[in-house]
Amino acid sequence: MNIVVCVKYVPDSQSERTFQESDNTVDREATDGLLSELDEYAVEEALKIVEARGGGEVTVLTVGPAAAADAIKKALQMGAHRGVHVQDDAIHGSDAVATSLVLAEAVKKATDGSPELVLTGMASTDGTMGVVPAMMAERLGLPQVTYASELTVGDGTVTIRRDGDTASETVEASLPALVSVTDQINEPRYPSFKGIMAAKKKPVDTWSLADLGLEASQVGLDAAWTTVVTFAQRPPRAQGQIVTDEGEGGAKLAEFLSAQKFL
Amino acid sequence: MPSDEGQDLIDLTREICAKELRPKVDEAERAAATGESFPTEVFRALGAAGLLSLPQPEEHGGYGQPYEVYLQVVEEIASAWMSVAVGVSVHSLTAYPVATFGTPEQQAALLPGMLSGDQLGAYCLSEPLAGSDIASMTTRATRDGDQYVIRGRKAWISHAGHADYYTTFARTSDDGGKGLSCLVVPADAEGLSFGAPERKMGLHCDTVREVMFDDVRVDAGRRIGDEGQGMAIALSALDAGRLGIAAAATGLAQGALDLAAGYATERRQFGRAIGEFQGLQFLLADMEAAVTSARATYLHAARLKDAGRAFSKEAAVAKLVATDAAMKVTTDAVQALGGAGYTQDFPAERFLREAKITQIFEGTNQIQRMVIGRHVLR
Repeated sequence: MNIVVCVKYVPDSQSERTFQESDNTVDREATDGLLSELDEYAVEEALKIVEARGGGEVTVLTVGPAAAADAIKKALQMGAHRGVHVQDDAIHGSDAVATSLVLAEAVKKATDGSPELVLTGMASTDGTMGVVPAMMAERLGLPQVTYASELTVGDGTVTIRRDGDTASETVEASLPALVSVTDQINEPRYPSFKGIMAAKKKPVDTWSLADLGLEASQVGLDAAWTTVVTFAQRPPRAQGQIVTDEGEGGAKLAEFLSAQKFL
Repeated sequence: MPSDEGQDLIDLTREICAKELRPKVDEAERAAATGESFPTEVFRALGAAGLLSLPQPEEHGGYGQPYEVYLQVVEEIASAWMSVAVGVSVHSLTAYPVATFGTPEQQAALLPGMLSGDQLGAYCLSEPLAGSDIASMTTRATRDGDQYVIRGRKAWISHAGHADYYTTFARTSDDGGKGLSCLVVPADAEGLSFGAPERKMGLHCDTVREVMFDDVRVDAGRRIGDEGQGMAIALSALDAGRLGIAAAATGLAQGALDLAAGYATERRQFGRAIGEFQGLQFLLADMEAAVTSARATYLHAARLKDAGRAFSKEAAVAKLVATDAAMKVTTDAVQALGGAGYTQDFPAERFLREAKITQIFEGTNQIQRMVIGRHVLR
């Protein structure tokens, strides 16, 4: 089985992230980028499926600036077989709608129009919209099977478990399908040094919008359905409220907790 | 500067340190101080990632990485967890005789397990009455047909009781330093037993015990090198081992400096961060200078080794400079943290305790000075 995993190159969520003043998009200069942690689960799941079935290829696909090649490299070091990097200056500032268009066209091109299984993470750690998987499924005409905490590939079907607040659903869909996975599904592996050396020899295709038959006017900031109008740093946490115990400290504490709806 | 490949490797090490080592180190070291705790799973994870076999040649299942890169990996590990970095260095030492002096058959049989991390090694050289004076060892290996029978007692053995094999030096003749031989003893050999773990000042996850050999039989095919070549093998291994300890000490010092610098930025007194006071800035500057010079000495020695040139003197200099730097920098880190540095709520006091041993093991710093002095007067 051949699997396409869509991954995103994001600013490190452990660092101070900000937007740039010029066009209210992510400031990529300010922080190091990396493969979104949430996408590592999708890469791991794809590798596990291919390994268990004893065959097939994992293609890792990203849309992003030149530096996004690092996200592909990490996935190849983990064990993915080949990479596709869609890179075009016109894509800068694209919203989820345009991103899903570019990804969907790239999936088609990478699979000669007939994908078997497309995997994604549940959301990116920067935009955290979580809508791209559903949008892509719609564009590709595939069943959308989202938020999988467990994934089984059967004969012509995929079955997932989706954990909700009150119940767990088991959902089955026919293949081909698009599945997004949560951070509960597996424990992503580290690359090994062997993987690092092997990754350098793996093929990575770089495609432009033109390669996908798309126009610059269909993507980017100008085509976006939503715009970031303004941004502000989250204010530092205000100092906590200090309760001095003068005999009724317990009551005051209970009052506070009750006001915050903890009690 | 490392190659792209070397840089990727150092990045991988950082990631594993951040996710696997740092979250576990405080609790594991505390638990090991009073009970028994050994981070076997951490060594397995490092082995699986390929980090236990970097410097060995590719034909033996290693990765053929220069010592310069391997040592930077050791430094990274030490900045997160000193016991594990020392363990990596000790393990490398145990594989070194086989990789360097073993026959092709011995290498094919022994190295894959050693290098993949499936098997952990211990290095049995010191004895209760033979520490720095290796040639005075009394543990004896007596030839009996196609076997050796080993009898004696080894002291200060890291990984004892947890290791899968024991790279052991024993006397095969009474000819002083020329009468020693090197044997690889499997952990399940009959007659092998261990003392209680030493109660040490620090480095608690590096379990150290005595190892007793009570007529332990080992096939003669597990003798590495010729009879009588043991001393030369041990000294050659120690040259490389000293670089591992120098790199680990540098990482420990870097970890202490990072802690102190972070604290100096956060801790406020007299209305400003204490790092804004010159008194503390100068302390931090001297710590940085010590770490940087320590790193420079081990990298210099490593580059000589990688180029196939003599590096024995430079290895001794690196061990001396880096471990003295670690002692100074960790002491100053406690000072920078003030009273907090003296409590177990911060790792500064642990760093200080861990630094002390680096001036002692793998040849005391007095022995390093003897080695250096001998080279200077040669």
